[in-house]
Amino acid sequence: MAFIDPRDRGGPAQPMLIARKLKKHFPVKGARGKFVQAVDGVSFTVRKGETLGIVGESGCGKSTLARLLLHLIVPDDGELVFDGDAVGSKIAVNALRRQVQMVFQDSHSSLNPRMPVRDSVAFGPFVQGRKKAEARDIARAILGKVGLDADLFGPRYPHELSGGQKQRINIARALATDPRMVILDEPVSALDKSVEAQVLNLLRTLKRQLNLTYVFISHDLNVVRYISDRVLVMYLGRIIELGPGGAIFERPQHPYTTALLASRPSMDPARRIEEPPIVGDPPNPIDPPSGCRFRTRCPFAEAVCEKVAPPLGEWLGVNSHIAACHILDPASGHSKATQA
Amino acid sequence: MDGSADLPLVEVSDLSVKFVSREATVHAVNQVSFAARHGEVLCILGESGSGKSVTLRTLMRLLPPHARVNGGVRVNGKDVLAMGERELRDLRGGLVSMIFQEPMTALDPVYTIGQQIGETVRRHTGIDRQTARDRALELLGLVRIPSAERRLDAYPHELSGGLRQRAMIAMALSCNPQLLLADEPTTALDATVQVQVLTLLRRLQRELGMGMIFVTHDLGVAAEIADTIAVMYAGRIVEVGPVAQLLQDPLHPYTAGLLASTVHGQDRDRDIDAIPGSPPDMRRLPQGCSFAPRCPRRSAPCVTTIPEPRFPAPKRMAACFNSAGLVSDGPDVVRPSASDCENRSG
Ligand SMILES: Nc1ncnc2c1ncn2[C@@H]1O[C@H](COP(=O)(O)OP(=O)(O)OP(=O)(O)O)[C@@H](O)[C@H]1O
Ligand SMILES: Nc1ncnc2c1ncn2[C@@H]1O[C@H](COP(=O)(O)OP(=O)(O)OP(=O)(O)O)[C@@H](O)[C@H]1O
Ligand SMILES: [Mg+2]
Ligand SMILES: [Mg+2]
Repeated sequence: MAFIDPRDRGGPAQPMLIARKLKKHFPVKGARGKFVQAVDGVSFTVRKGETLGIVGESGCGKSTLARLLLHLIVPDDGELVFDGDAVGSKIAVNALRRQVQMVFQDSHSSLNPRMPVRDSVAFGPFVQGRKKAEARDIARAILGKVGLDADLFGPRYPHELSGGQKQRINIARALATDPRMVILDEPVSALDKSVEAQVLNLLRTLKRQLNLTYVFISHDLNVVRYISDRVLVMYLGRIIELGPGGAIFERPQHPYTTALLASRPSMDPARRIEEPPIVGDPPNPIDPPSGCRFRTRCPFAEAVCEKVAPPLGEWLGVNSHIAACHILDPASGHSKATQA
Repeated sequence: MDGSADLPLVEVSDLSVKFVSREATVHAVNQVSFAARHGEVLCILGESGSGKSVTLRTLMRLLPPHARVNGGVRVNGKDVLAMGERELRDLRGGLVSMIFQEPMTALDPVYTIGQQIGETVRRHTGIDRQTARDRALELLGLVRIPSAERRLDAYPHELSGGLRQRAMIAMALSCNPQLLLADEPTTALDATVQVQVLTLLRRLQRELGMGMIFVTHDLGVAAEIADTIAVMYAGRIVEVGPVAQLLQDPLHPYTAGLLASTVHGQDRDRDIDAIPGSPPDMRRLPQGCSFAPRCPRRSAPCVTTIPEPRFPAPKRMAACFNSAGLVSDGPDVVRPSASDCENRSG
């Protein structure tokens, strides 16, 4: 198993990616001085060879975060370190994009409708300086890897493919440039369940074969549990909990994570959900609540939650399980705070 | 289904819907039969393009002109397919109401929530404006919209997704329907909001004694709300059964496959038991069973002949030559093979 990637600069202990205090606020059209706080001071690491799952409800900033990781949008603040090198200074954004690829949420519009799909797949390697014939060979090989017969499917146009086949093409396109890390933004959300399972299996197989690192974004908690080694939970632009998948799902610490988990259908008509775990919708990210952003829906909210934004615990190492809640901090002054 | 004496609320028999155009004919719904009783929740469960929405829309005759409809549709004993304009209006505004996946398509952006609900009530009952507003307020309370008084004067775009969906439910309930048709009403909602709308719908359905036909592609959602599940594949209903039995002992290989491939607590060290291939093109359906090309239990007749519905146990139907329960040939339903149901042990 001693597979050594010549591009590995920092060694196995060096995280693949470190994100520090990433921030992106979008100006609101027609409302001068107002901003959508899409991503608001987010820090985490992605370890080599792991799958980091990112969950959260619609609009909490998952896709914005994904784009920030690739510098597809420029952060207002914060920094990225890729395999030990600060992005922008020690390693150029272009070099980053050679090693990190993305599969986009909207898979239908991310393929060129006027191009046979094998050309879409060959495009990346070609742009990165391969000869046309070489790029075509790479495309053929990678189509085989994602389970599509290159002769049968290569010449087709996107509209001649099913949703699952299109998603395989998107995956093939991301892999054609031989990345070390792939950011998958809701890669199975648009697929039917029977096809979703095929694509998840494929992603797992490819990860093993190609020694990949994944960031896997989804709003489906069950899918995230299955696919991820570690899980990051977002709420209104901030991380509220982060830790190993097993710990997050079996012993969630943040009341929002607990509610999110309890909102999953039970799959058992004898154990239906009688009372919704929390009420209301996520608030507007333009004017997020002060202090803890979850407090407007939290059953345990107290005065301190309105005044102070709870810090995300101290990250003590690769397996730490941390959450941003005053209840977890004995010094916070919250009446339910645990005396550790 | 079971020949009880009381008249079913909905009776669909041998329904087929085709869309004919110059290029192709889409066989959206094929010889579909089902029934729903008063106060029953029937879930139509199926993947994208399987004909769920078309089936539901046919119950209200909400189909485009190029749709060719055959078969029988009765609601409360009345033949819906034979209705004239007037009777249809009465049906749509009174006996039957419908809620959709995307409330913005059903709510008018230029009127307030109060105006829209009020108008709907007025059109069908002829009460005055103030009484209609009172009724609208009462309905917003019924669907648990907080600060209902203030929300009456809100425009749809001023409400969050969850509140909009509640407003649409309020509108659908405004004329005391006996039958509520729901087309994926929670699919566009966040998980924490979806469960609020689901429990609300279940409570309203029970309290008001309505029948409900609920369309979804999500097995988990069906398990939360259905009394009976009808599984649809490529325009056909391939299995029907009471929710607990159907999830516990699926008869049709497609239902079993769907259960196994729905991710929920599977062992992380193993692949998921996926169904190979993808659903057929509705313009070119296979000659025999539409699921045969993907089916692990396929045998020779499956490829040439469409299996008739069989009734291996009370209230249960499966259209399959090799369905799990038929092996036993008795009222007891045999469990499917271990690989079909192992996902449910975790
Ligand atoms: N280019 C943009 N300009 C302005 N606002 C934006 C832009 N992109 C995203 N937003 C806003 O930022 C917030 C976060 O959006 P984002 O797409 O990152 O959420 P998400 O978690 O991916 O949601 P979903 O689950 O729906 O995909 C939302 O309120 C969104 O409307
Ligand atoms: N107006 C129409 N004209 C032509 N074909 C149509 C029309 N409406 C639906 N269809 C086709 O009929 C079939 C069944 O469509 P339907 O909308 O009932 O699927 P569904 O099960 O509701 O899917 P989804 O889960 O995606 O909503 C599909 O193949 C669809 O493309
Ligand atoms: Mg997104
Ligand atoms: Mg539909």
